[in-house]
Amino acid sequence: MTDTRYSYFPGCSLERNAEAYHKSSMAIAGPLGLEFVEIEDWNCCGATEYISLHMLASYAIIARNLAQAARHSPGNSQASAHDLVAPCSACYLNLSKCDKYMRTDADLAEKVNLALAAGGLSYKPGSVHVRHLLDVLVNDVGCSKMKAQVTRPLKGLRVAPYYGCLISRPGLRTDEHDPEYPTSLDDLLACLGAEVVDFPLKTHCCGGHMTQISEGTGFELIRRLVKGAADYHADVIVTVCPMCQLNLDAFQGAMNRYFKTAYHVPVLYFTQMMGLAFGRDAASLGIGAELVDARPALAKIGVEVPPPPEAEGAPKRKRDDKSLPMPKMPKHEAAATREAKP
Amino acid sequence: MPGNGFEPVIVGFTCNWCSYRAADTAGMARIKYAPNVRLIRLMCSGRLDPQFVLKALAEGADAVFISGCHPGDCHYIEQNYKTMRRYELLKRTLAQLGIEDGRVKLVWASAAEGAILAEEINKMVAEVKALGPLNWKLEARS
Amino acid sequence: MKRLDEARVGVYVCHCGSNISATVDVENVAKWAGENLPNVICARDNKFMCSSLGQELIEKDIKEQGLTRVVVAACSPHLHEATFRGACQRAGLNPYLFDMVSIREQVSWVISDRAIATEKAKALISGGVRRVIHNEPLEPILVDINPNVLVVGGGIAGIQAALEIADSGSHVYLVEREPSLGGHMAQFDKTFPTLDCSACILTPKMYSAGNHKNITLLTYSEVEKVDGFIGNFTVKIRQRARKVKIELCTGCGACEEKCPKKVVDDVFEAGLGFRKAIYRPFPQAVPKYPVIDVENCTFFQRGTCKACEKFCPTGAIDFKQEDEIITVNVGNVILATGFDLFDSRRIPQYGYGRLANVFTSLEFERLSNAAGPTGGKVVLRDGVTVPQSVAIVHCAGSRDRNYNKYCSAICCMQSLKFAHLVKERTGARVYNFYIDIRTSAKAYDEFYQHIIEEGILFVRGKVAEVTDAARLSGEEGKLIVQVEDTLVGKQRRIPVDMVILSAGLEPRHDAKEVGKKFGISCSMDGWFIERHPKLDPVATMTDGIFIAGACQGPKDIPAAVSQGAAAAARVQGLISQRQISLEPVRASVDAEKCSGCRICNTMCPFNAIAFLADRQVTEINPALCQGCGTCVSACPAGAITGTHFSNEQIMAQIEGVLMLDLRQMAMA
Repeated sequence: MTDTRYSYFPGCSLERNAEAYHKSSMAIAGPLGLEFVEIEDWNCCGATEYISLHMLASYAIIARNLAQAARHSPGNSQASAHDLVAPCSACYLNLSKCDKYMRTDADLAEKVNLALAAGGLSYKPGSVHVRHLLDVLVNDVGCSKMKAQVTRPLKGLRVAPYYGCLISRPGLRTDEHDPEYPTSLDDLLACLGAEVVDFPLKTHCCGGHMTQISEGTGFELIRRLVKGAADYHADVIVTVCPMCQLNLDAFQGAMNRYFKTAYHVPVLYFTQMMGLAFGRDAASLGIGAELVDARPALAKIGVEVPPPPEAEGAPKRKRDDKSLPMPKMPKHEAAATREAKP
Repeated sequence: MPGNGFEPVIVGFTCNWCSYRAADTAGMARIKYAPNVRLIRLMCSGRLDPQFVLKALAEGADAVFISGCHPGDCHYIEQNYKTMRRYELLKRTLAQLGIEDGRVKLVWASAAEGAILAEEINKMVAEVKALGPLNWKLEARS
Repeated sequence: MKRLDEARVGVYVCHCGSNISATVDVENVAKWAGENLPNVICARDNKFMCSSLGQELIEKDIKEQGLTRVVVAACSPHLHEATFRGACQRAGLNPYLFDMVSIREQVSWVISDRAIATEKAKALISGGVRRVIHNEPLEPILVDINPNVLVVGGGIAGIQAALEIADSGSHVYLVEREPSLGGHMAQFDKTFPTLDCSACILTPKMYSAGNHKNITLLTYSEVEKVDGFIGNFTVKIRQRARKVKIELCTGCGACEEKCPKKVVDDVFEAGLGFRKAIYRPFPQAVPKYPVIDVENCTFFQRGTCKACEKFCPTGAIDFKQEDEIITVNVGNVILATGFDLFDSRRIPQYGYGRLANVFTSLEFERLSNAAGPTGGKVVLRDGVTVPQSVAIVHCAGSRDRNYNKYCSAICCMQSLKFAHLVKERTGARVYNFYIDIRTSAKAYDEFYQHIIEEGILFVRGKVAEVTDAARLSGEEGKLIVQVEDTLVGKQRRIPVDMVILSAGLEPRHDAKEVGKKFGISCSMDGWFIERHPKLDPVATMTDGIFIAGACQGPKDIPAAVSQGAAAAARVQGLISQRQISLEPVRASVDAEKCSGCRICNTMCPFNAIAFLADRQVTEINPALCQGCGTCVSACPAGAITGTHFSNEQIMAQIEGVLMLDLRQMAMA
């Protein structure tokens, strides 16, 4: 069976501090029939600051990546526009925005193409569909294909899905029902058998570069997220973005010292969770490199867990149980039935 | 030639229950819209005989505007579906007679949608202005 | 055309005060009509044609000038066509020889330029005059009114309507989908502004309705099909099988007590309490007979148990009982189907469904009700803890572009009532988060002022979020309400134990299907559409079908009762007339011209068109025909004519609005 090929934009962080994200993405691609073809001669996307310093130059360097991607279709028998996958939320947002604004603002498109021409390149807006890796796995692959690869279900592991703020920007993604309350990552983790915690801060900002600009503010934002996950007894925070992972993981110690707290919540990428569920060994997925050690939490999987108390049908209530019933919620029925789009 | 102050004369057919009331609603809300459409009230858009459209165009109208209840909301249950079918066939016939597509239009409007009706009429008048006068009657006589 | 010479037309152009005359040069138009339009004998303008003086003008001219046709150019025919038809009739002229041209809604109100408006008025009047010449005198069709009435919906509005009609001597079929009468009002604890116990004022009415000799109560039933027209509806009702023989059941309740299967009661207890698989919705249910919930009954699902049958002292349980289809004939129908509560799970920011101590308004009513799952104790979801601070959130799902734009009318009073009850029962600190306080009816604002004096805290701001993610000290273990206090101009985080969402009112989820069954439509928001929003709120566009209560739009109990009574009065009026006249707009087939092609046979949704096989021609039943005219335009031979909207009339009107003959005269 031939693999589905996607153009792939790793971005700067996946080569350095988020190398684990890259390793784990590559590890799960094969089993799911995906091939990620890195685009040639890509450059930094500008992350989050450059755009506020010099807008036109910023869009030009982002568009350079789009132009490079457009030049080499990875050879799918698809329509004229092909998919460009970015695992990093900031790269994804920048590429997405650039393509969208070039489509709607003819003036911007003209100026950007003038700049690209100096390098012998050009970009026709709409030539490339920019997609986040999460979107591709949830919608192109789908739950049943993922389930088929699961050999070590993450039963007994409580995970807090953390989307971060960049991937949730409304108006860019059409696959998420509610930008304020997205559920695609929740559903994916449920598919892997994990116990998904209903993390209330799942779209809250991690602080971005505030740790460099205003330490107190940055640490406070990190504290809220880590505390939230800890209050809900999550074993792991699962992220989709290298910036979020860096802030919550690398700065967790500094945050603890600042507030004199003692949180220890490891932060992993969702592709690492997938790799674990598919039976890969932790080292091949880059686990062990994180500053907040994940291995104690991960000791939970592979341990015999008793079946959850709520099996089929309604639970039996004790005679002296005075508590009032909760309303039924529609969540996670979607996980079981979510199929890949044709 | 279109332009130069050409004001089209358009005959409109509305149904008593929805679209005519929509015109009333537009009036009650004092919405100002293009005056070019002269409405004729039928009980139902299903009463619209294609002959009426041809007659209107033949007798000097530059365009015909047809309006009824939204599909599913017809006061007589389902007659607007018949209107839809007749309209599609009529358009093909008109095309063969050389009548441009923008001269006969079918628009659904419920009784509360006065603003929408006014907007559709404005759009149609602008379109017909650009097409110019039909001049069927005069050409036939000259 | 022979009629062209005979017709003597009177044209009347109304000023409508200055509504028309400010934009249209009415004197000029009247003069022009008299001089230019064919067959116009007299043309006048008048300040108010609909006044008695205006009407007398018409009557005078008919008698003195021998007018045979009348055209009035004024407001919309939907307002005064009947008025002027009456004037013609009084003067001895058949009312269908009258036509009305709208130059107000169609002209003066929608055009600013005087010259253009005057020109359009002339064109429309020209159309009207040319048309009216071809009008034929018609006699209205008289139809008997069956004195029976169908009331759909056994809530307070339906009960009120049923009782009033039954008291007046006519027979009522009262159909209710749930096993008991009562509707939402039966779920409430206290009603505002008087704080009377809801069940106490409702149950006597329920009981009267259940025992009235003129009311046939059909509970656990739904309407399946409606045929016919005003005065003569044939309605098929499905009475679902209770699995209990009501002629044997004494209502002792032993079956309910012994039933081992407990399920969450999603309907009456709003999901907050339990009931058995065989149950009565509440103790004062009317009728008192229980019902078996087949989907949750152990016998029906697995074939075992039958405890109810074992313990029933009269042998009333009948597992084999089948649904029954009942057909009734009624003359009029009143729909009083009520509302559904906005689903608060749609607002994830408020945490309903995820955070245990967020409750909806209906859940709180059950909590506070002495017959509810906690015996009237206001406690948290654990069933034991009494809250020390409570937040009441107004406008959940209402006045909100993301959900429903409209105001749900009752939530402000309801929220104030909740504040009072919480304070009274628990002594907790109570916050009301509001956008505006809407307390407009009798004794409502006084209630509001009383609540303020009780020490309830009011924060003006739309709640942004209810969360349990504690951030600051004092927030641990609480629900935090994040809101912008607009009067102070600051963001606030207020920790509370319990949050009550005043969820909005929505139309029933199946309102559109129900409406279609009866031939009425729903508005953009889904409520049933009334004939006129101000002047006729209980009638619909379909003769014989009336609406009452919350199904027409959100409203409180006094308004629902008023509408129930209003609908009943309208129906009683029709019944006492014994016959009503229907508009004689009908189609008929000229058998001589009919070739039997049968193209028209599939055109009629009212089954008025029948093919006579022996004569090979089609015939139309004028009693069933509703006058839409679709078959008229379908006939390829022109064998079908439609009265009052004939081809001659409409063709003439087309020529008229295009001012054909006048242009020809100008060119000649």
